[in-house]
Amino acid sequence: MKFRTRAIHIGSEPDATGAVVPPIYLSTTFVQPGPGDWGAFDYSRSGNPTRARVEKTIADLEGAAGSLAFSSGMAATHCAMGLLESGSHVVAGCDMYGGTYRLLHKICNRNNISVTLVHADDAAAIAQAIRPETKMVWVESIGNPLMSVPDLEQISQITNKAGVLLAVDSTFVPPCILKPLDLGADIVMHSATKYFGGHSDCLAGALSAKTPELHRQLYFIQNATGGVIGGLEAFLLHRGIKTMELRVREQSKSALAIAQWLESHRSVARVLYPGLASHPHHQRAVRLMGDQFGGMVTFDVRGDIETAKRLCKATELFGLAVSCGAVESLIEQPATMSHASYDPAARAQAGICDTLVRISVGLEDPEDLIADLDRALAIAGGA
Amino acid sequence: MTSSSNPKSELGFGTQSVHAGEARQKPNDAITDSICCASTYTFESTQSILDYLKENHDREEYGRYGNPNEKVVERKLAVLEGAEDAIVYSSGMAAIVGLLMCKLSAGDEIIFFDQCYHRSREFCVKHLSRFGVVTHQVKTGDMGAMESAINSKTKMLVSESPTNPHLTVIDLESFVAIGKRHGIETLIDSTLATPYNLKPIEWGVDYVWHSATKYMGGHNDLLAGVICGSTQKLEPVRRLRGILGSINSPHNMYLLERGLKTFALRMERHNHNGQRIAEFLESHPRVQRVYYPGLESHPSHAFAKKTMKGFSGLITFLVKDADWKQTAAIIDKCKIPRIGPSLGGVESLIEQPMVMSYFDYPSEQREQFGIYDNMIRMAVGIEDTDDLIEDLRQALEMP
Ligand SMILES: Cc1ncc(COP(=O)(O)O)c(C=O)c1O
Ligand SMILES: Cc1ncc(COP(=O)(O)O)c(C=O)c1O
Repeated sequence: MKFRTRAIHIGSEPDATGAVVPPIYLSTTFVQPGPGDWGAFDYSRSGNPTRARVEKTIADLEGAAGSLAFSSGMAATHCAMGLLESGSHVVAGCDMYGGTYRLLHKICNRNNISVTLVHADDAAAIAQAIRPETKMVWVESIGNPLMSVPDLEQISQITNKAGVLLAVDSTFVPPCILKPLDLGADIVMHSATKYFGGHSDCLAGALSAKTPELHRQLYFIQNATGGVIGGLEAFLLHRGIKTMELRVREQSKSALAIAQWLESHRSVARVLYPGLASHPHHQRAVRLMGDQFGGMVTFDVRGDIETAKRLCKATELFGLAVSCGAVESLIEQPATMSHASYDPAARAQAGICDTLVRISVGLEDPEDLIADLDRALAIAGGA
Repeated sequence: MTSSSNPKSELGFGTQSVHAGEARQKPNDAITDSICCASTYTFESTQSILDYLKENHDREEYGRYGNPNEKVVERKLAVLEGAEDAIVYSSGMAAIVGLLMCKLSAGDEIIFFDQCYHRSREFCVKHLSRFGVVTHQVKTGDMGAMESAINSKTKMLVSESPTNPHLTVIDLESFVAIGKRHGIETLIDSTLATPYNLKPIEWGVDYVWHSATKYMGGHNDLLAGVICGSTQKLEPVRRLRGILGSINSPHNMYLLERGLKTFALRMERHNHNGQRIAEFLESHPRVQRVYYPGLESHPSHAFAKKTMKGFSGLITFLVKDADWKQTAAIIDKCKIPRIGPSLGGVESLIEQPMVMSYFDYPSEQREQFGIYDNMIRMAVGIEDTDDLIEDLRQALEMP
């Protein structure tokens, strides 16, 4: 069966009531057959029927041995970092979500874990940064916010050879476009808050593992640390996944039209979107992702930090907010919002400049969105 | 967008599905609406109650009269339908009951086209009759018969378009013209079409009724109904709902609002899947007949093209030379659609009307309703088109 059919049916198999939509289990604990005699579920941190269903769906869509659902993307990332030990070294792409940067540099470092940042679209740089203590390479399949596209095939060959785990934050590229496990990654992480949930109303994270052994190790950490998704959120997440393929297809189509339009606008200095021929790794993106590149577009306005701020404040349909991947379009300034948790010097080095604006394209009519940006760019009055 | 507003009507349907009816800036600056479960709402002082009563402030009072989540959905549905107002109910049936109980009195008569959802017919024939309201049924689409059934007591003309399960599309122009000629109000159950495909108000229909359980909710996980129309005509209907108590819950309303965000996208896909699957079935040797308004062979294809943008996901077909058990065997053989009543959700459903809805009726009466033993009704979801076609093929071609 194809992606959309599986998204709707796998994990939603009928229970005894025949309900087309499985019930929501909020129960924290489950009655056991006898002391030391365990039923399928015992305690909701260890496992919950509603969570188990959505995990089954995600595992199927990612082509994983198993998936785990968390209370947020960061809880999922933190769980993956739990595979590291004191003294471990991580090589990470510098075009990276601010929260992941913060976790690595301000939390993991306390456990004597060190990080080397490299440009993830340069596989040779990753190979060079790997040391004997390196345990994991962490890259985003499209970097946030600079839209870099790492060559996952080539990187997985490098990590395989070095005996290092390849973990991919694929939040910007949902599995209907790209399945990192198929390209050789060991772990895929999603902020399921984004495309999976899709309606800006549930925080969620997901880890999917290539092998049963890795799944077992991650499950052990999840159960021990407890960042699990709740029953209601698992239901909303599952509901959202059913329309994910349709939403992402539409968002990709609209984002490409908007990126092309922005590229021809005189107040825009540069547009970063892997679907544009002008993107430095457009060919690679086509090879890995086909003809859809998601709903995230980043661009530089001509002018200064104030121009970018005025633009973000002037839109009427695009809401001024962080996060992305949902039905409603959003606009934000990475330097002061999503990537404010970077150290300023590191931000500058990564190329996240003050005139950068990031949009998340939703499900509105693309003509309405272009008209909104056109109006707002005129108000912002670039240089 | 500034404070609170409905996007202007020139915005696309997709944009309205996402934004219409919602405040741009919401409490606590949240991007989505909060769920307000309160059963009652408090006043600051006695004076504020008096002000509320005197000036009819737009605020909540008690949960049976309305809640903020329900109001957002009502505004969104009114914009999508092109209506002045919309009233949401706890189910589609609660909506029609709420409207008819308000508009009809003992001695009044209503006229129905005979193809319709069997519970609407049952309510009118078995229950409205107890209150002295007379229901006449005339052959679906027969405008002459409808007009001749009108007399001085007739208060409302009622039809579905398309009808369930025969998918007959009504020529709304003639239907409305009859109503206008005789000064009688018209009601269309547009559940199967949805405003994405059909806007009865633009044709001059007075009331549009939907089971929002279907395409509007879209995920087979909530029950809801809605009546759309002019503010003036709906005002007493809303008051009666406050007495009858058939309001929907804040939790459900949140799910409905969430479902409507992908309304345009889902309908586009239901239309696409419906058309492709109807064409497949029509070309299949085991199929005797397909009822789908998008097929040229359908008797009301011309009216469908005249009034509708697309033709939704409901398809009814007859299996060639099959008795009811052989027909049931095809249904049982399907792997993707689940067996069950209802329609309009992301997951496909399949059923045999004779078994699901008409099993208690004698066979002559079933024939009279056009419900045949070899009839299958499929509510096509948004799954991959080829997957659904392959599944139907293997079920039809089983050894
Ligand atoms: C690329 C990326 N990774 C991880 C996260 C963190 O996910 P969450 O906000 O669900 O914790 C985000 C979102 O904020 C993100 O954009
Ligand atoms: C055409 C039609 N009208 C009305 C209804 C009644 O709606 P509900 O089931 O939401 O009460 C249904 C469905 O059951 C229907 O199919």
